[in-house]
Amino acid sequence: MKTYRASVDITLRPGILDVQGKTVEQALHSINFSGIHNVRMGKFVEFNVQAESSSDAERIAQQACEQLIANPIMEDFHITVAEAA
Amino acid sequence: MTFGVVVFPGSNCDNDALYAVSANVGAKARFLWHKDTAIPSDIDCVILPGGFSYGDYLRSGAIARFSPIMREVVDFAKRGAFVIGICNGFQVLTESGLLPGALARNDRQLFSCKSVNLRVENTETAFSSSYALHQVLRMPIAHGEGSYFADATVIEELEARQQVVFRYCSENGEIVSSANPNGSLNNIAGIRSKEGNVLGLMPHPERVCDPLLGGTDGLGLFQSLVDHVALAVS
Repeated sequence: MKTYRASVDITLRPGILDVQGKTVEQALHSINFSGIHNVRMGKFVEFNVQAESSSDAERIAQQACEQLIANPIMEDFHITVAEAA
Repeated sequence: MTFGVVVFPGSNCDNDALYAVSANVGAKARFLWHKDTAIPSDIDCVILPGGFSYGDYLRSGAIARFSPIMREVVDFAKRGAFVIGICNGFQVLTESGLLPGALARNDRQLFSCKSVNLRVENTETAFSSSYALHQVLRMPIAHGEGSYFADATVIEELEARQQVVFRYCSENGEIVSSANPNGSLNNIAGIRSKEGNVLGLMPHPERVCDPLLGGTDGLGLFQSLVDHVALAVS
């Protein structure tokens, strides 16, 4: 068994209005960052996984995301797995 | 008729719900603890109350869904028994899959805390039979994540099966976007399950069951269920 570090980025699905992203974008424009657009807010979750292999760790992280960490009805998630330092 | 009101860590409308169904409606009621691993056999309806269960960590209702009592509530609902989720309770019901869809963040930068108008969309349900069709009710809302969302196919099914029980409306009962406090699709404020025994709604009927609190429009919801259960028993 090895220890892997899983990092998960969670964002709202495209069809869902990202009120926080929109508000932050407006605030950026109000302080003259007029070139910044399409701000998206999300969540970042990371955790250690004990697993036999990297693909095994990814599978466990995938299940954890589907069952609890993300809500697939309104959120997309992206997992990155690396051997823990 | 006996109600069981679940108390999660962070529930804050549990006492209001218990008071409404007992003192105002006249039914029996008692609390169920989130760590309980059984629902007593005399309970006819479980209420998941409003509040901030588990601090709303991760997502509203996401952690509560895995508390021991929820395994029992899911079984209870699958056996056809009645479950009502109010506000945070509605969020717990969607997270646990007992109702379709999800409650996303309100579409404006507000935690909406005010009284709204609701139109009764279907009176042929166990939760709304004592209201008149298209009756306009006044109920408070208090939420930051109440924007009802589901895929287009789910929304179509909900509408086709008349699962939408309450919709946000104007004072005159018009379903208009200006009456929608949170961006819910189709102005949806409350839905029931396909089987009809599970109801979830963002407004707080338990806060308008006593004239002292400025309204009694919520009484009909609980009274409908009491009547329904009495009829089933007789």
